[in-house]
Formats: sequence, structure tokens, C-alpha cells
Amino acid sequence: MRNIWILTAIRMRLALRNRAFMFFSLMMPLAFLFVFAAIFARGDTRMVTYLLPSVLALTVMGSFWGLSIQLVTFREQGVLRQFRLAPVAPFEMLVSSVIANYILTMPTVVIELVLARTVWNVSSFGNLWGLFVMMSLGTVTFASFGLIVASMTNTMQETQVINNAIWFLFLFFSGATFPFVFFPGWLQRVSVFLPATHLIIGLQYVLIGGASLWKVGPEIVALLTGLLMSLFVSTKLFRWEPEARIERRSKFVAAAVVIPFLLVGVWENAQDARRSELRAIYNSAMQRSLPGQTPAQTPPQNPQQ
Amino acid sequence: MRGSFRRQQCLRYDVSPDVSDAIVQVENLKKNYGPVEAVRGVSFEVREGEVFGLLGPNGAGKTTTVEILEGLRTADSGRVSVCGMDPHRSGTEYQNLFGAVLQSTALPEKLRVDEALALFSSFYPKRRDTSELVRRFGLEEKRHTFYSRLSGGQKQRLALALALVNEPLVLFLDEPTAGLDPQVRREIYDIVEELRQEKKTILLTTHYIEEAERLCDRVAIIDHGQVMAMGTPRELKDRSAGTTRIQVRLARPAQDGALQQLEGVADCRQFEDSYVLHSRRPPQTIVALVKHLEADGNELQTLEIAAPTLEDVFIELTGRRLRD
Repeated sequence: MRNIWILTAIRMRLALRNRAFMFFSLMMPLAFLFVFAAIFARGDTRMVTYLLPSVLALTVMGSFWGLSIQLVTFREQGVLRQFRLAPVAPFEMLVSSVIANYILTMPTVVIELVLARTVWNVSSFGNLWGLFVMMSLGTVTFASFGLIVASMTNTMQETQVINNAIWFLFLFFSGATFPFVFFPGWLQRVSVFLPATHLIIGLQYVLIGGASLWKVGPEIVALLTGLLMSLFVSTKLFRWEPEARIERRSKFVAAAVVIPFLLVGVWENAQDARRSELRAIYNSAMQRSLPGQTPAQTPPQNPQQ
Repeated sequence: MRGSFRRQQCLRYDVSPDVSDAIVQVENLKKNYGPVEAVRGVSFEVREGEVFGLLGPNGAGKTTTVEILEGLRTADSGRVSVCGMDPHRSGTEYQNLFGAVLQSTALPEKLRVDEALALFSSFYPKRRDTSELVRRFGLEEKRHTFYSRLSGGQKQRLALALALVNEPLVLFLDEPTAGLDPQVRREIYDIVEELRQEKKTILLTTHYIEEAERLCDRVAIIDHGQVMAMGTPRELKDRSAGTTRIQVRLARPAQDGALQQLEGVADCRQFEDSYVLHSRRPPQTIVALVKHLEADGNELQTLEIAAPTLEDVFIELTGRRLRD
């Protein structure tokens, strides 16, 4: 346990010295906030509120990217085998990277919330405790996906390809950039199989709908199970040596991490109520009365076609 | 617990020679990489307080042997132990015992020297004052420098310092001077010699003859995954006892076997354009050589006479040079 804290501290230092990390974990999320709030929502508080879950999800969703690159770099450079000489366990190496990422990502989330409140007048963040739990779980779960990517790829090129593929799916099919309620029905049914969709839906429930954690139980279960499976599988498949290759069979084991999301996706598809609830959340966000708010230049479009 | 008596002895550092003075034991070690037999039955012991060298060319199996001892690789068969402990069965207790310099050290680029030392020492229950190590290895000016900004020699000194952070019972140094320029290499020699004077137990691998001769109490010559000879550098050289090494270059190649026939020649080998003769009676051999060349119409271009070195022993044993 002590080693985890030692490694967490050093990883945080290294991350703060890494320009790429600072860009992706601070600059880019703030850029997303600006683009969504000032351009997509045109500064309209109701729309900003509605899009805030997407911005928050985008902020933590990319965590898998940095973690996978870092782990593969350390493995390829032979840094990991240097650590292997010392009494350090794979689990400690992996968990410390997830914790360090969490601690360094949370300030960005707080900055975004403060900006949403001060610049775009978002007055309520719904269920604050629920928001904290969803964001924390989202950050560590998506970070742990990076460990899976690192464990199932052998080279940096492979890692980059997989990262791009995952990021593309998360970005366009989870409702992160294009709201879920606007998706055609078939895409909504596909989309609920994605972890990112669960995070965004969960955030919409707690932040906009003010829902209790009980309400977002399925999302929490999906993310939590995904987290535990990622940590377990990546510990099992952990490789210290640069030349160690993953067996084809093990890749299927790694791919098993998607199972909880498949199961929850199937469940969600059986719950038509959930989709109408999400629409209701959207409508309520749009109709919310906003004292002291300058009227929006253009009223939000009715999504009904 | 079996073996715990010796373990305690080992852990206390004051291993009395009559209990057991072998800190490191390697017995009939074998390791294949696919069809390649990297290590083919290597056995040796490293005794308490000695510097033991594995001398051999690249690809001889030295690194594989050391990395099995470090727990980085698993043996196919045979046994290795440090203080009676097995690298893969003893858990973290085993890692506390040794310090190691890998063939190539790698640390995160943006880790500072003092951070690296503090980080690695914090993993161990028994640790050494890192500022003392910084001083000792001449890294004071570089203590706040990023790892990526260090020179090759500084990186290697840091690697040695890192190997000592846990007050190890035994040090594994894998090619500690490979790829360093001569001046830096001498610095590393001085450090190892200091450690030797402190009676540290050290296992080092090298393909430099002078390194083995200068630093090691005992040497195992290793080639193609097998130990060809073992002993002190003196003992090994005495194998060529009474012979003198005569190296000559000729204007054109000598006739097959002609030099072998010369008076006093025990052994003759050809390397590219030169011949190395081992002679029991050097003056007679030289006279005979000159006469032979005259009769043959050949010419002597250079001639060197030297006492036999470990390299000659190596050549005798393996029929080739360490480095080509």
C-alpha cells in the first residue's frame, strides 16, 4: 500500500512536467467547455447546463489515452524493468497511475464547474454528491481502460491505433459531442453499449435531473464493474519486459472487459422508460426558468423533427 | 523455516566462512530462447566479499544468467539462489537482498537525480542515506538534473548509486562499462575497486579482458552458454604457464601448419592478418621463425612479445578472440 502512494506522488510530478499531459488534461477540456458553451450553446444558460455533462465526460474520458501511452512508453524504454528490480508489484504500478490521474484531473473539473457558474450562470449542479461520485468513477474507470489498451498492445503504433478507434467511438456515438436525445432510435440502442454513454447519461441524470445515485445504479454498476475488470485483467496481463509479447488468447481475455457494458446495454435497451426520461431531462433543462439571465440570442431548437 | 539459519546469517552480512561463504549459487542453469540455447548448463558460486566476473563475448549467455539471478527471467532448468533464496519463490524479500545495474538502465526522462534515488530507496525496508550516495558518486552538481540531461557516465554512476540504495548483500553489474568512453570507464573501475575494498560481494559481466583482470577476484570464462574455465585471473593465466605470446604479421600468409612446427611453439592461431604463437622458448622460436621466413621468401612486418593475458587463455579455450 505504501508503494502505491510513493509511486502516485512521483507520477504526479512527472505528469506536471509533461507538456502533453498538461495540454490534454487542462487546456483541451477548457477548450471543449468554451466550444460547447460559447459556440454550440451560444452562451444560453439552459443549453450550457444541458451540455455540461458532455463537457465533463469529455474531460475525464480521455484519461485512457495518457495512461496507455505512458505505460507502453515505460515498457518500451525499459523503465518498467528498472522498477521490477525493486520490490514493487504490477498492481502498485497500475493503480498508482490511475490515482495520480484522478488527483490531477479533478482540479480541471472544478475549474469547469466554476466557469460554468461564473461565466455562463449555471446556477445548479443538481445532485452534487451524485455528480462527485459519477465524475470520480468515470475518471478512474476511463483511466483503467488505458491500462487494458496497454496490456493488449505490443507496440506504440498499435496502442495509438486502438486509442484512436476508442476515442472516435466515444466522441461521436456516446452523446458526448452530439446529444444522445437527437440520435435516431437505432443509434440510441447501439450507443448504450458504450461506457462513455453510461457516463454521460449518468451525469445528465444527476446534474440536470438532480437524480439520486439509486437512479443511476445501472450506470454505476457498469462503470464500476468495468473498472474492477480492467484492473484485474491488466494486472494479470502486465508485462515488465520490452520484448514480452501478448498472446493472441490473452487479447480475448482483455476484450472481456466490454462484458459489463454489453450486459447493461442489453438491459438499457429493454427499458424504454429510460429513453423517455432522458428526453424529459432535456425538456426540463430547456424549460427551466432562469432568473437574472439575459435572454438567449436564438432560442434552442426543438429537437423533435 | 528451512534454511532460515543461513538466511539470517546472510541478512546480518557477517557470514562466517565456516557456515557457508557462497552468497550466490548457480547450478547447471539452462535457458533457451526458442531454438537458441542461450545458457547450456552454467554453474558457479560467488563467495562472500569477492568480485566474481563472467567474461565472454556478446551472446555468450552472461546477461541471461545475471537476469535470471535478478528475477527478470525464468530458467528452463537448473537452480539459482542468493543466500539460499530462490528469485521466484521468495517474494520481495529476495529483491531486498541485491542491487543491480542492468545492461541498459532506463528511467523516466523527467525524473531528477535526487528524486530517482529517493524513489528507489523508499521501496526498501533497509535503505541508505541517498545524499551520501550523491556525494560519493560525484553527482552533487547534477542532483536536480533530469535523467535525460545526464551524460553517459553520469547515468552509469547514477545506476551504480541506485544499485546501492538498499544496502544490498550482493551487487549484480551487467556490463557496467559497455559503451562508455575510456575515461568514464576508468571512473567506473575506481568505483568498483572501492566497493571491492569494502568487501562487497559483486557479480559482474564483461567482455573486456582488462576489466576482468583488474577488478575480479575470480573469473569464469563463458562462451556459447557454457563455462569454459574458472579461477583467479592468475590461475587462468598460469594455464598458459611458461609460454610467451608472440604475435607476428607477415607480408603474405604462411604455409599451412608451418609456424606450428617451429621450435618451442606450443600453439599457433591465425587472426585475420596476424598470427599468435605461444612459445615455451621464445628466443629459439624467434630465430626459427626468421630462418623459416627467409627460406620461404616471406617477410616479417611486425613482431610483438608479451606475457600471456586472459585473452590468450580465452583464445586457447575458444579458438577466437573476445572482440573482432
